Amino acid sequence: MAQYLISVLFDTTEFATAEEMAAIDAFNEQLKADGHWVFAGGLASPSTATVVDGRDGEPVFTDGPYLESKEHIAGFWIIEAPHLDVALRLAALGSKNCNRRVELRPFLGE
Amino acid sequence: MTDVGEVITRVHREEWARVVATLARRFGDLDIAEEMAAEAFATAVERWPVDGVPPSPGAWLTTTAHRKAIDRLRREGRREEKHREALMLFDTPEPLGAIDDDRLRLVFTCCHPALAMEARIALTLRIVGGLTVPEIARAFLVEETAMGRRITRAKAKIKAAKIPYGVPFREDLPARVTGVLAVLYLIFNEGYLASDPEKESVRSDLTAEAIRLTRLVRAMMPADGEVAGLLALMLLTEARRAARVSASGELVALGEQDRGAWDRELIAEGHALVRARLAAGQAPGRYQILAAINAVHTDARDVRDTDWSQVVALYDQLVHLDPSPIVRLNRAIAVAELDGPQVALAEVDDLPLEGYHAYHATRADLLRRLGRSQESRTAYDQAIGLAGNTAETAYLIRRRDQLTRP
Repeated sequence: MAQYLISVLFDTTEFATAEEMAAIDAFNEQLKADGHWVFAGGLASPSTATVVDGRDGEPVFTDGPYLESKEHIAGFWIIEAPHLDVALRLAALGSKNCNRRVELRPFLGE
Repeated sequence: MTDVGEVITRVHREEWARVVATLARRFGDLDIAEEMAAEAFATAVERWPVDGVPPSPGAWLTTTAHRKAIDRLRREGRREEKHREALMLFDTPEPLGAIDDDRLRLVFTCCHPALAMEARIALTLRIVGGLTVPEIARAFLVEETAMGRRITRAKAKIKAAKIPYGVPFREDLPARVTGVLAVLYLIFNEGYLASDPEKESVRSDLTAEAIRLTRLVRAMMPADGEVAGLLALMLLTEARRAARVSASGELVALGEQDRGAWDRELIAEGHALVRARLAAGQAPGRYQILAAINAVHTDARDVRDTDWSQVVALYDQLVHLDPSPIVRLNRAIAVAELDGPQVALAEVDDLPLEGYHAYHATRADLLRRLGRSQESRTAYDQAIGLAGNTAETAYLIRRRDQLTRP
């Protein structure tokens, strides 16, 4: 089994509608039932982010996201799948259910 | 003794994909499969002239490549790990019986929709076609190192993202087959109408390779109408190759070609495929319709014998499937023969194809036939500015210069 990150891409800070949330919940239940579920979550808006640099001595905190971009990551799933064809299928379902584009990316293998 | 070099070339053409595919299945690793297949062929080049050609060259190559792979993995201490990976990647949930062939798995892997189109083309030519990286780089006029990187990057993605060496899910199959055919058709078209002015106008090595690969896919999926349609389309197009470019390197339009120079054998084979598809009585896809259009053209001994109403009817079917402006442009070209250039021009003028050379070339020709020389000249100039193929540019320049001066 391999693990994949499905990032949800979105271009405004509006949250999912009640209808979208219901679809996402149903999809999550399905992921769990089929053994693909690892973790998932929605993220607060990019403006709530803090960049932290703790590399030397006193950590430095900077308000705001690291990258100002048109699209940001609104949430994510981490899923388990035997290979990319299964992961692509789940990513397509995730995109449909949350009504947003997603990016699928594999975790580094062992 | 026959020329061993020739035998090796033939065996390479016939057995390369099978050797790579078998190794890919056994080891679950495209890199190892490709490299060890190449080493096995290199060993054949050394040994066969001395020891003689083995009775079963394909089996000899597979065994040799397999041993080399085992040796290498043992040296690297990765044998167990590769074996596990192979078992996992080949755990196709829904085996598809007759079409479950190792080489077909390989084709689907190389043409996977998660890879960029140019990567799919390069990988298919390297891994399935057995062309070397320098050969592929030459065909697409890309630096060898750049082409090597493109292939390496694609293979790295296959490995990291775990693109399976398998036949797709049943419900994904039609889309995935369409994707494979798109790759094969692009390879063919790049050979048939090379898009770069620095290149020869027709690259027969690429058209031949595309036909060979399509035959291979057809052998594995004999019941698929679109695979048959694409093969027929390629054969009927390839049949006209000799007549398509003049001795002076200029494109010769279909209506002006020496039809005696067409390859009757390829035409007969293409026509037989089209007839078989018609007899199957299933709704045709785009390649079958395009093949049927080419069958009508190649059926006419003289351009004046062309059944244009049939051509337009087929384009109507195609527009129904794919109402894209390029399809409608091609339909309008046939309409000009049936209903005259005025009707065709009205259909062409609305199309949003300002950046496409064939749009301007078509308008130029229709305007010329309507006696509107000045407008025709402008359209030829636009077409010449956009055309990339040398033979086509030469043709357009001649047609423009033949216009009567205002």
